[in-house]
Formats: sequence, structure tokens, C-alpha cells
Amino acid sequence: MSRLENRIVLVSGGASGIGAATARLVVREGGKAVLADRDETKGRALADELGDGASFVPLDVTDEAAWARAVAGTVERFGAVHGLLNAAGVGVRNSIEDCTLAEYRRINDINALGTFLGCKAVLPAMKRSGGGSIVNISSVLGLRGASYAMAYCASKGAVRLLTKHVALHCAQMKYDIRCNSVHPGYIDTPMIAPRLDQTIGNMSGRQWLEELHPLGRLGRAEEVAAMILFLLSDESAFSTGSEFVCDGGLTA
Amino acid sequence: MPRAGYGCHDMSGELSGRVAIVTGGASGIGAAAAALLSQAGARVVVADLQAAKDGMGRFVQHDVTSEESWQSLLADVSKHEGRLDIMVNNAGTSGGAGSVESTDVETWQRVQAVNSEGVFLGCKYAIDGMKRTAPDKPAPRGSIVNLSSVAGLQSGAGSIAYTASKGAVRLLSKSVALYCAEQKLDIRCNSVHPGGVDTPIFDPLWQMVGRERGKALVGMRHPIGRMAEPREIGEVILWLASDRSSFVTGAEIAADGALTAGLMRRQPFVAS
Repeated sequence: MSRLENRIVLVSGGASGIGAATARLVVREGGKAVLADRDETKGRALADELGDGASFVPLDVTDEAAWARAVAGTVERFGAVHGLLNAAGVGVRNSIEDCTLAEYRRINDINALGTFLGCKAVLPAMKRSGGGSIVNISSVLGLRGASYAMAYCASKGAVRLLTKHVALHCAQMKYDIRCNSVHPGYIDTPMIAPRLDQTIGNMSGRQWLEELHPLGRLGRAEEVAAMILFLLSDESAFSTGSEFVCDGGLTA
Repeated sequence: MPRAGYGCHDMSGELSGRVAIVTGGASGIGAAAAALLSQAGARVVVADLQAAKDGMGRFVQHDVTSEESWQSLLADVSKHEGRLDIMVNNAGTSGGAGSVESTDVETWQRVQAVNSEGVFLGCKYAIDGMKRTAPDKPAPRGSIVNLSSVAGLQSGAGSIAYTASKGAVRLLSKSVALYCAEQKLDIRCNSVHPGGVDTPIFDPLWQMVGRERGKALVGMRHPIGRMAEPREIGEVILWLASDRSSFVTGAEIAADGALTAGLMRRQPFVAS
């Protein structure tokens, strides 16, 4: 199959979790994946494993200059950029009372500013590449609140709305660039790993999270990647500015 | 004091004994809310960068982006009013008309500092102040009202930094509501999403096209055919602040002349 034949996709947070699963799928579907991550060891290892279809660039998503280098590196390596997945993010538990201003800013910088900077950095190169598709990872917690994840909810609410701005801006400017947000439930990735072994009442953390989902289990990164692949490909050509939910029925 | 019955719109005295803080209360929606809360009997503290000439309530110089400023505001209210029941996080900035391509990091951070971090701090210190409202006085029935925007519901209104910040306010308000419910704090928290309101945030547009023409242009974008006056949003805030909305928490209240209700032509209406 080659649903992304010769499409070049830059993936922030590409070394693990949803980013890594998407990079694997992009390469399997005939595209090229540039893994951008702070974790050089894991990122390079995955890029090596994926072979000629992948490469690695170091990236701190809160650093605008690093984004410029990542986009330039992508174009240098593969000649264009048609897709961007903003998957880098942090999941932190805090409430309105125990979250400090510094922590609120740190979470919003990585999740919201980082996504904005990714969109901004990729647009010039994507225009020169003849158009493309941007996918931003928000969360079910960009749709619903959670007492235990106040700052995370705020940051994902910001991603949800800035995505719509990018979609409308590109449509008005006739760039042929689409932008959508993906809202996963709890996915079995390193982000939530620390929570799985905790005990909540008489349940394990894993059971507690599983029971939030009507399907009765956590999501798999590959299941979110499948939705992202659809959004990166031309199969979703009429979808832009929309919220794509992948949550095992959690928000239903 | 007898409570006003259903169908009675006179709220005078309904909020007597309550203390409210209104950030950005010197102008626009904040000033309208401060006036209405005062008329309903609340003691109102207007927290703003600059005092209004003929403002309502007691003015306290305040910068929502500064944690020190929040600490001194709460200490001041604790000393003078002795309690806190109502927090209206209204202060905000439009952030200009920057798109994803034209917005720089400095502008992004400045808008987040006022609109997102300012509301975060406002909720945090409101809960602190409401919890410290002494148990020997009537039990606190706190209400936090956060001003988001139609730009927190759908984009197309305003800059990328603005729409992102208002999306953050929309979701953090729900998290605060859920937290207060779980902690049995008897504090409600809701977000208000106004459409175009005739406030100083539109001054740059008025300077470009003139006020009356500008109001007509922005008004045309709303199915109702006009912009809102600040008082109309103030009434929503007053309702959320009062016990009349006692089962409403974690909600998004749009007051937008049906702007977000249906299809609309995708043209930005916030210009500056």
C-alpha cells in the first residue's frame, strides 16, 4: 500500500508514543518521516530502524530557531515537506490549587506554544512544496475538563482553537494546506506509563484509566496513528479545522 | 432579607453582604459587570491597571499577570472587605490581528500572560480567598466567572494568540469547576463567550473606519444584526455570579447574537 507515496512528513515527538507509531506508518505507506525529538538516542535508533525512509533532527519545540533548523533539515534531506504532525507534548497532573505559575507556563509552552511554532515554521516550506496537511495532537482533555489536569486541559484547549485558526488562515490565503486536531483518549504510551502502576482506591492506575473508556481498555498508539495517516493523506481532502476524536467512546 | 422570586427582575439587595472582584473592571464589560453587581448589593472591588474617572466600586491597582499583584490584591480585599464571594476574571487583551504567520513569540507570550495565565492566577487566588472567607460568616457560595470569547468556541475571530488563549480559558474553567465540585468547596466556575461587544478592545477598528460604521460592520457578522452593549454581557455575568445560577458550573455560556449557532461567513471581525 502507498497511501502517502513520496510525501514527506515532519513529526515532533517522533521518538516515542503516537509520534513514533505515526512515523512507522508513514514509512510503511510509502512516505518519508523526519523524526524530531529531544530524545536523540531513541529518535536516531528509530530512524535507523526505519531505514532510507526516515531521518532524525533534534528539536526542542519551544525553541523557534530549533524549529527552523528542523524544517530546513527536512527539506535538505528529502527536498520538500508535505505533512507536519505536532505530537510532542507533556502530560502533567495538577489542580488549580497545586499548580504554580511556572508549571502552568511550562506545560502551555511545550503543548501550545510548541504547536503554534511548529505550524508557523512549516508553512513557508509547505507552501513551496505545493501544499500539505498539518495534524495537531490535542486530547480528550481539550474537549472536557479534568480536576486533576488543569494546566494540561488549558494547553490542549489552546491547541484545539489554534488549529482552527491555522485552518481558516490557510483557507483564506488559498495555501492548499489543511489543519486538523486529533483528540485521543488515554493511549498506552510513555506519557501515561507512570500512572499505570499507581493505586487509585482498590484499582490499579491502569484499571482506573481503562474504565474511563466505554470500550474498556486503553488506546494503542497505532490506532491514533491510523487516524493521523488519514488526515495526512488526500483521503481527508475536504477536512480542515475539525476535531477528530479517537477515545474509545470516552467523550460520548 | 427576602429572596427575589421567579419572574422578579429586581436584583437590588440580592447580593448584599457579598464581595466581588472584577478584573479589568474600569472599562468595557468589566465596568458594566461592576455596576450591575453593585446595584445588586455586592461590594465590588475593581482591579485594573488604571482607575476609571467615574468608576463603580473600590479601585485597587492590579496587574493580572503578576503573582505578587494577586497576593497583594487578596490581602487588601481581606483587610478591607473581609471576605470574597465573586470573582470575575474579565481582564484581557486582543493581541492585535496576528495570524499564525505574522505572530512572534513575544506577542504570543504577552497575550497568554494576560488572557490565560491571568485567568489561571485569578481562579487560583479566588479559591484561596473564598476558602478563607471566615466560617463564622454565612457559608461561602463562591462563583468564578471567566471571560472567554466566541474565539474560544470557534476561530475566525481574532489573532492566533487570542483564540488559543481563549481556548485555554474555556478548558481551564471546566477543570476548576470539577475540582471545586470534587473538593466540595461550593464554588462554581463558568466561562462566558461574548461575540462582538462595543468596548475599547475595538478602538483600533473605530479609528480606522469610524465608530458607527465599525459597529455596523461588526454587527452585520452577527445573525442578530448588531453588536452587544457591555451591559448585555454584564447581565450574564451577574446571573452567573448570583445564586440564580446555582446548578450551573463548568458550563460555556455564549452571549453572541447567535454568532456561533449556525453557519457564518468566515471573515475576521476583530481588527486592530
